[in-house]
Amino acid sequence: MSSNTKVQGRQKITDKTLWISVPKELDHHSAEQISQEADGLVRQKDIREIVFDFSDTVFCDSSGIGMLMGRYKMMKALGGNVRAVQAGERVGKILMLSGIMKIIPVEKKQGGMQDEKE
Amino acid sequence: MKRNEMKIEFDSISDNEAFARVTVAAFMAQMNPSMEEVADVKTAVSEAVTNAIIHGYEGKVHKITITGVIEDALLSLEVADQGVGIRDVKKAMEPLYTSRPELERSGMGFLFMEAFMDEVQVSSRPGEGTIVTMKKMIGQHGE
Repeated sequence: MSSNTKVQGRQKITDKTLWISVPKELDHHSAEQISQEADGLVRQKDIREIVFDFSDTVFCDSSGIGMLMGRYKMMKALGGNVRAVQAGERVGKILMLSGIMKIIPVEKKQGGMQDEKE
Repeated sequence: MKRNEMKIEFDSISDNEAFARVTVAAFMAQMNPSMEEVADVKTAVSEAVTNAIIHGYEGKVHKITITGVIEDALLSLEVADQGVGIRDVKKAMEPLYTSRPELERSGMGFLFMEAFMDEVQVSSRPGEGTIVTMKKMIGQHGE
């Protein structure tokens, strides 16, 4: 195992939207790398929106919440916004618990997560 | 009573966050946990280990130990560092409090540990380190 596991960072920019494919496990280790890559791209290009795609993500902890909040603050300061899409059951649970859904729109994975019973 | 114990020690580098939670998940497999229980424990372990790396050792490389004990359906975990310690544990455990806002910490680490485990205790002495003890009943999902 390499001592510095590289996150398979997959981003694409369409129009002024930066799409980030979040890795399988979003923890302190991977969140730091994604944040650095995203911030670099926002500094270089004219980006108005960041979309985090959670299709592949099965693990997320509070470091992922910190990453989303940090990008939200940055984009807000630039007059842009942040969204999360394709959140599966586990990611949805973590995002729900954190309360971040109040400030960042979150789309659940289609046919995946059931609506919260309340 | 069925009892089993394990102990692991590893460097406080962020690559080991995944190692720690996967190892604990493998240890608890013998308890016949639900997928959700495994995910809950993995999240709690990840939070405690991340705290030790970022706050306990402030990014410097030292050792973190995890002790896991199974007693029938009870899983007990101890995550320990010999780092800077926490001066005010009560404050550190307040939701949204973070001592390191510049590092983009959400202040939700202890909140998540408490949400996903049945019991969380923190004992810490400044200059000596921190021990986070977490307990959870496993496999009680009525099957």
